[in-house]
Amino acid sequence: MTRAASPSRLRPPFPLVLLLLTAVLLLSMTVALGVGAVRVPPSEVWGILSHRLGLPWPAEATWSRARETIIFDVRAPRVLLGAVCGAGLAAVGTAMQALVRNPLADPYLLGVSSGASFGAVLMIVLGTTLFETRASLPLSAFAGALLAMVLVYVTSQVGGGITSVRLVLAGVAVASVFTALTSFLLLTAERGNESREVLSWTLGGLGGVTWDTLWLPLSVLTVAASFLMLQARNLNLLLAGEEAATTMGLSVHTFRIWMFVLLSVVTGVLVAAAGPIGFVGLMAPHAVRVVVGSDHRRVIPAAILGGAGFLVLADVVARTINAPQEIPVGVLTALCGGPFFLWLMRRGARRAEKGAGR
Amino acid sequence: MKDTSALYGTARASSLDIEGVTLRAGAVRVIRELSLTVAPGEVVALVGPNGSGKSTLLRSIYRVLRPDTGQVRVDGRDAWGLSAREHARTVAAVVQDAGIEGDLTVREVVAMGRTPYKRLLDGDTAEDETLLAQALSLVSASHLRDRPFTHLSGGERQRVLIARALTQQPALLVLDEPTNHLDIRHQLDILALLRRLPATALLALHDLNLAAVFCDRMYVLADGHIAAGGTPADVLTPAMISEVYGVASEVAVHPRTGAPQVTFLPAE
Repeated sequence: MTRAASPSRLRPPFPLVLLLLTAVLLLSMTVALGVGAVRVPPSEVWGILSHRLGLPWPAEATWSRARETIIFDVRAPRVLLGAVCGAGLAAVGTAMQALVRNPLADPYLLGVSSGASFGAVLMIVLGTTLFETRASLPLSAFAGALLAMVLVYVTSQVGGGITSVRLVLAGVAVASVFTALTSFLLLTAERGNESREVLSWTLGGLGGVTWDTLWLPLSVLTVAASFLMLQARNLNLLLAGEEAATTMGLSVHTFRIWMFVLLSVVTGVLVAAAGPIGFVGLMAPHAVRVVVGSDHRRVIPAAILGGAGFLVLADVVARTINAPQEIPVGVLTALCGGPFFLWLMRRGARRAEKGAGR
Repeated sequence: MKDTSALYGTARASSLDIEGVTLRAGAVRVIRELSLTVAPGEVVALVGPNGSGKSTLLRSIYRVLRPDTGQVRVDGRDAWGLSAREHARTVAAVVQDAGIEGDLTVREVVAMGRTPYKRLLDGDTAEDETLLAQALSLVSASHLRDRPFTHLSGGERQRVLIARALTQQPALLVLDEPTNHLDIRHQLDILALLRRLPATALLALHDLNLAAVFCDRMYVLADGHIAAGGTPADVLTPAMISEVYGVASEVAVHPRTGAPQVTFLPAE
């Protein structure tokens, strides 16, 4: 066989990539804090934040108390939740794609977010209020997420392997059932006055968040991201296939179970806080892999930063595109994600054809 | 002669004892009450027709398929009594038709082999780099180091996967059809490499003549049990080949290699 030697893979230095992604994230957060019914220039945004965090700069407050309230108590929690959700969904998507060895995995596509929504709505109907700071809502969302994940995983397995078609079909089926159950609960519940609010939450949105609702998603993200980084080598082994991973010392079965539990916790907590936001977990890892390759020691931090920046920007658009009306950010991410998904599927099919022709 | 000093600074070779092992794939019993032994440092071939259970048997050694009965012992210790990690520091495997998902360079694929030696926060060390370089050079793949794995030809991939197994510094290598996809030069190179390494090797092979030249002993598997075992000269007889493969043949001793050489005869 004659074959032109393929070129060496040239990748930009990883620290530079991280630096750029961090810069983009900080920039989008500044924009997100400044944009809205009351526009605040970036210098003032940073002044207010710095002042509230007790830093010595700026020496004097030159802004009104109202502005400080808007920036710090209204917008800041929302922007932070956007960053946390984007980061968390990207981390979950990255790990899921490795665990099921399938590039189409995403918590939303596989019905895991729908499971979490169902769990949360069930709890709401049973009497807890939305944006509750107690743990019952995230807990029931976690239970729903885990149930959905197990269902999809078990039904999509054929003879030890998972095929793309089965995985996506199982995800669609599980998502439909949970979405139907959620609608049923909302329509039949006696708490009709809350239904509209809950319905808009099921579309995925970052509105209505306060500092109190933020601590749980933030701490879960921190713990989960650190844990995933520690497991990056093991996630890499799964790229080589289940058998090969076993021969290199990974107890694949046990590893998968614990990872599924962890990913369900993250998905559950994020969905309880912001509703199911789709496609971030699909897009962020793929986008960064183009630049940094597939080694999870690089993909995880890059996807986390990229996902955070993306969702913060998406929320800016969701808030401003039809102002003063807001559209749920989930609608926006689906608008970007749907075409991306189709492109990914076509690319997968083309690669499979090439592989068969080899 | 290529350098193996970093990979095998202190020579390591394990013994392998398979005793009364029964294995099933799904509901079907593929291997029945099978026993075999491989002494430290030996290179032993497992031959037999398609579907005779070679791959299944190898799976029980690299801990993918747990035996229903019997024991797989490496250096006298039950292979299934260790953790996967401990096991992977002694036994490395090259499995059949293994692909790599995603965009990894050859270096990144070979580096995976160091995982069983890594604790949670360990990075790649200079020692790892030396091992990687040596493993790649042993399979004549140093020039592929920075290429994307998915762009390699079938033969190049196979050599890279063997290099990955070598970075595990195994005392026992288990290889399922390691010469698949390789051209004849690389087949000879890989088998010569296995001979040169201090590690014990058990490999499934199709080519009886290559097995005869490069292996100390061979086992013939037929229908889940061992039909014959011993040195190539003992095992490779027209009667055995006719019984196991249903093929007529002549066996002669090759004047240069001194190994038995099989010539298959067309069916009458």
